[in-house]
Amino acid sequence: MHPASSVIFFTTASGAGYGLLFLLGLAGAAGLVPAGLWFGLIGFALAFGLITAGLLASTLHLGRPERAWRAMSQWRSSWLSREGMAAIVTYLPAGIFALGWVLAGEARGFWGVFGILASTGAVVTVICTGMIYASLKTIRQWRHPLVLPGYLLLGLYTGGLWMAMLACAFGGDATTLIWVTVIAGAAAAAVKWTYWSKIDTQIPVTTSGTATGLSGLGRVRMLEGPSTSKNFVMREMGYRVARKHVPKLRTIAVVAGMVVPFALLLVAGAMGTAGGWIPALLAALSGSAGVVVERWLFFAEATHVVTTYYGAEAA
Amino acid sequence: MTSLPTIAPTKKLGLVIDLDICVGCHACAVNCKEWNSGGHSAPMTDWNAYSGTESEDGDDAGAWGVWFNRVHTYEAGEGAESRTVHFPRSCLHCEEPACVTVCPTGASYKREEDGIVLVNPDTCIGCKLCSWACPYGAREYDYTDGVMKKCTLCIDKIYNENLEEVDRVPACVSTCPVGARHFGDLGDADSAVSRLVSERGGYDLMPEMGYKPTNKYLPPRPRKVNAGDTGAPTKLEALAAEAADAVPSNAGGSGFLAWVDTMLSR
Repeated sequence: MHPASSVIFFTTASGAGYGLLFLLGLAGAAGLVPAGLWFGLIGFALAFGLITAGLLASTLHLGRPERAWRAMSQWRSSWLSREGMAAIVTYLPAGIFALGWVLAGEARGFWGVFGILASTGAVVTVICTGMIYASLKTIRQWRHPLVLPGYLLLGLYTGGLWMAMLACAFGGDATTLIWVTVIAGAAAAAVKWTYWSKIDTQIPVTTSGTATGLSGLGRVRMLEGPSTSKNFVMREMGYRVARKHVPKLRTIAVVAGMVVPFALLLVAGAMGTAGGWIPALLAALSGSAGVVVERWLFFAEATHVVTTYYGAEAA
Repeated sequence: MTSLPTIAPTKKLGLVIDLDICVGCHACAVNCKEWNSGGHSAPMTDWNAYSGTESEDGDDAGAWGVWFNRVHTYEAGEGAESRTVHFPRSCLHCEEPACVTVCPTGASYKREEDGIVLVNPDTCIGCKLCSWACPYGAREYDYTDGVMKKCTLCIDKIYNENLEEVDRVPACVSTCPVGARHFGDLGDADSAVSRLVSERGGYDLMPEMGYKPTNKYLPPRPRKVNAGDTGAPTKLEALAAEAADAVPSNAGGSGFLAWVDTMLSR
């Protein structure tokens, strides 16, 4: 599948934003972090900024962005529509919770209810994002049961990296938040590593034989394509990552995404409020870069069954 | 509404494509483009239309554009036993089209009255998710219009009362020079197309996907490798002897010709 930069930015940025919103909601409601003005201002600016920038980037992927509002209507059947609905609905409790935190200086009790609601909305939205991909039967690498856990854990992990930075900068139980982040990151790495080994050994069900129905005649291969130059289907669905780069890119994703941030978080934890936010910020940046590589691979490694009409013998 | 019709359409308009007959001339694809350039989904935009090499969009050379019907050519089998099969590919108007249910806006829909799958160009947001959900590559995005386009089964032709009744078939069907394309109601077991499918063993593409395509493909007939399979004799000598025996003789007759025959046969 063609890795469109707008969709890669959208899923990674909004994933981190919803992860951060999830943790702000829970940690705030549980009193794990102080409901201070600066914590709230920077924290919600980051969360809403990442979420909103991601959602706006996703509309850049549209041919008719001015009609994006129509995407709210088909929640009965479409995960993309459900995602749009969940994203919009989540703004409400998240906004109220942010107001309580920043203006009233309180994130627990009455305001905390909105925190829990915002956290729930964040989880539901990321589930919808993951299901957009996991519901597509045409792409075996996306239909895989580890796709949804991957989206959820990476969202929690990248949100946790920002949350750890906030706790180091503005106080709160940084140690617990760092541990939550490291555990989520380790789980995400394990899920992705397992996922990669599974998709490498999957045996494709769809072949050029089932696509054309000619398998009874023997091995089916394309003799002549339908057009002299690449058409839309070949551009959008026919993208293939160079096989030799895949192991390197996977290693880069895990090293930049998890190994480097873990080391930096250790430093940040040791420094605490005494400038610990600097290594924590570096951890968040490195982790985000790693997840962008992971997401690029998620698209580039996905093979669509339509390619069996265009020369691939299996997909 | 992108939920599928609650009552499955009983009328299932679709195509039956005979892979035994198709000669791969691309006339169906060209006439499809011709008709639909002025129809429901017009325009069918082309890019770099007059150049084979010009690289206007930066990353790719050559002319390309939106087509609803594309003809591939495959080779199946090995060596002398292999077959060349021309393979036209267009929307199959599935009974369970995932391209419809994934649509977030309701622009993609399946018609209750005849099962045709269409895109409403006025509400499509161009998210391209339907093209990801379609296993058959039937949907092509129009970058200039910003909306998705696809085969309409020539909905503006098959119901067009300004046309002679004989012309109310999809453009690809009316133009096929060898009669490899058939149009009709596959929901009616007695229709000509349904009978054709049952007689010739018509099949679904990618049945493992479970989208239950309406369009069916008729397999190439078994190849006739030996002369005898065609009804011709295997050896000409035997035929010659047989033929000699079969020549009518006037021997045993009477009259002048019989006398000539007897004299010459000596």
